Amino acid sequence: MMLPDLGSLLGFSTEKIEKGDFILLSDRNADASFLINHFLSLYLRAGCKVCFLGLVQSFSHYSAVALRLGVNLVQAREQGQLVFLEGLKDSVGQLLQQGPDSEAYPMGFLRGSQTDLRSLFRFVQRSVGGAGEWSPSILLVDDLSVLLSLGVSVEAILDFSHYCRTTVCHQLQGNMVMLVRVGEDEDDEEGPELLLKALTHQCSLALSIQGLPTGYCRDIHGQVEVRWKERGPGAAGPGGALAQKKLLQYKVHDKGVSFFARGTSSAVL
Amino acid sequence: MTEEDLLQKDWYAVLDASPTDCLQVLKQKYQRLALLYHPDKQNPDTTVEQVQQCVQRFIEVDQAWKILGDEQTKRAYDLQRRGGGLAVGTLLLVEEDKYDSYSRMLLKYFLAEGVVCGHHVFLGSARDPPDEIMQDLPAPILDDIPSNAVNMGQVTACDSEDQGSMKIAWRYQNLPKVQTALASSSRFGHYYDASKTMARELREAVKCSTFFLPHELPAESHAEPSPISEAYRLLLRSIQELIRQEGFDGTAPQKSRNILRIGLHSLGSPLWADDICCEEKPTQASSLTSFLYGLRALLRSSLCTCMVTVPSHLIQNRAIMDRVTRLCDTAIALESFRGSERETNPLYKDYHGLLHVKQTPHLNCLVCEAPDTKDLAFKLKRKQFSIERLHLPPDLSDTVSRSSKADVAESARLLSSACGGLATSNKHLDF
Repeated sequence: MMLPDLGSLLGFSTEKIEKGDFILLSDRNADASFLINHFLSLYLRAGCKVCFLGLVQSFSHYSAVALRLGVNLVQAREQGQLVFLEGLKDSVGQLLQQGPDSEAYPMGFLRGSQTDLRSLFRFVQRSVGGAGEWSPSILLVDDLSVLLSLGVSVEAILDFSHYCRTTVCHQLQGNMVMLVRVGEDEDDEEGPELLLKALTHQCSLALSIQGLPTGYCRDIHGQVEVRWKERGPGAAGPGGALAQKKLLQYKVHDKGVSFFARGTSSAVL
Repeated sequence: MTEEDLLQKDWYAVLDASPTDCLQVLKQKYQRLALLYHPDKQNPDTTVEQVQQCVQRFIEVDQAWKILGDEQTKRAYDLQRRGGGLAVGTLLLVEEDKYDSYSRMLLKYFLAEGVVCGHHVFLGSARDPPDEIMQDLPAPILDDIPSNAVNMGQVTACDSEDQGSMKIAWRYQNLPKVQTALASSSRFGHYYDASKTMARELREAVKCSTFFLPHELPAESHAEPSPISEAYRLLLRSIQELIRQEGFDGTAPQKSRNILRIGLHSLGSPLWADDICCEEKPTQASSLTSFLYGLRALLRSSLCTCMVTVPSHLIQNRAIMDRVTRLCDTAIALESFRGSERETNPLYKDYHGLLHVKQTPHLNCLVCEAPDTKDLAFKLKRKQFSIERLHLPPDLSDTVSRSSKADVAESARLLSSACGGLATSNKHLDF
């Protein structure tokens, strides 16, 4: 059975957006960036106010990808629906400690004088508040684990995500989507594994992407495990309130991604 | 037909085939079309013009098969059609082999290509003075004027020989001669002779900036807390200043658009004042990754391309290497057989080492270019460094020895990509 796209897989639709969801995307030995692009276009098409922290790629990259998925980021930004932080742009100045040191710079933690992500959080706070005609507010982060590469401690990142979740999910009843990338060995690392475990504990929906256990395949790019957490009595999630798990394989195309049950790829059948 | 036409024409359309067709299919299509258009197979009632057209088509089909039927020319043609090379704004990571011999060679090829194309070249190193590296670049094999004249001479000699009438194939008498082979060099990419050094005049014709850490690092450094170390900070600043001054980021006007090629040798080694190669829990674990982040930012906003070599075999903490790989766009690793037991293993006797493709870039799109095969090996012949698909020789012995099988499984494990997980190790699949 082919599930045509991400929306139908998760039971999302552009008409009805769940409130207060924390969606955690993770990948191990694969690349889950296609998911974050899909979520971005999904939420923009649904008319939400989106704050996107693009820490690893340039704006034009996301813009080009979004065009293939049918969304115009430039227009969304101009109209105020999308607030985009281009992490790469200001980073060199901060790394080389050029310009004044102030809390106003979201990437100010690169200077080394700050030990936490306060300035980044203030930016998020400013961006998601005051929704106006666009609602609900959404925060997307691509990706969280690059902060570990920039010398930020795991505690600081967890604090940041906690503050964001409180603001976005609880106070504003919006959604939050974060991407965490971990490496191959499960026992070896400390940073990303700890981060992943802590965030998995807090999230309401977890999608983890992995390569195929049997090796490289051109037609099947990997497998995705979708796990819903229970939301509480009376919550309407797919399959009811109990924690549910689904395992599917996927292939990324130029204009989207297709999901299929294991062993039913078009390459096999 | 000139060489230009040979490269411009769509030979796949002539054969009504697609680039993904295998040789068998291409051959079938060629044979079918050849039979259809062969002048001797035409109906005797057809007019002279129609016969002429058929002959023309037949020659085209024949030419198409000459190019697409031979693996080498087909590859050159495909490359020309598809384009290739390193995209501007991206970062290539090369994980060094144990003795840094082949990775150094790749760096030199990278720089040599920059010189030949007239790009501005930037070289940063901490161990060998950049001037020494620049003086040792391989010499390009250029299509000089003398060799062209030789070709012309040969063609005219042929002409005079065949001026006499053709007795059997008289239908083809008046048709122009067709060139049957693509010349070795095309506008795209160049070939080099590894046994010769590039001439000084050629090298000095391009602008070259260098960064040699021992000259740049001040004797006393005030250690400010920062995710990035002083050495990398100086390197980053040097690159940033160069980009600004020469206008690669579009701020200052450039006289003519040019590209900056950045080559950085052995980043992460202790000579860059970095301890990720010495300790399992280094004190400056995020120094190299912060530098790469800043470098990525610079590359994405200017007309530059960069190649970095890293001695990954010295880095003990696997997590750091994963992070380094993710911050680069393309990542390959060289594994040389020298000094390992594979050097004498008959399975690998034709090659000097393996080339692992760890990561391919997502360039403004969802998918990344997935290679046909991840089993690549390289060898350094006297004049050329070549990378080929790995062909293990067939196992012809009666009793297949255990050791060779284990070796194949091991190499299969290593060859599994960033996309797939490790094949569960000891179960080698028997076909």
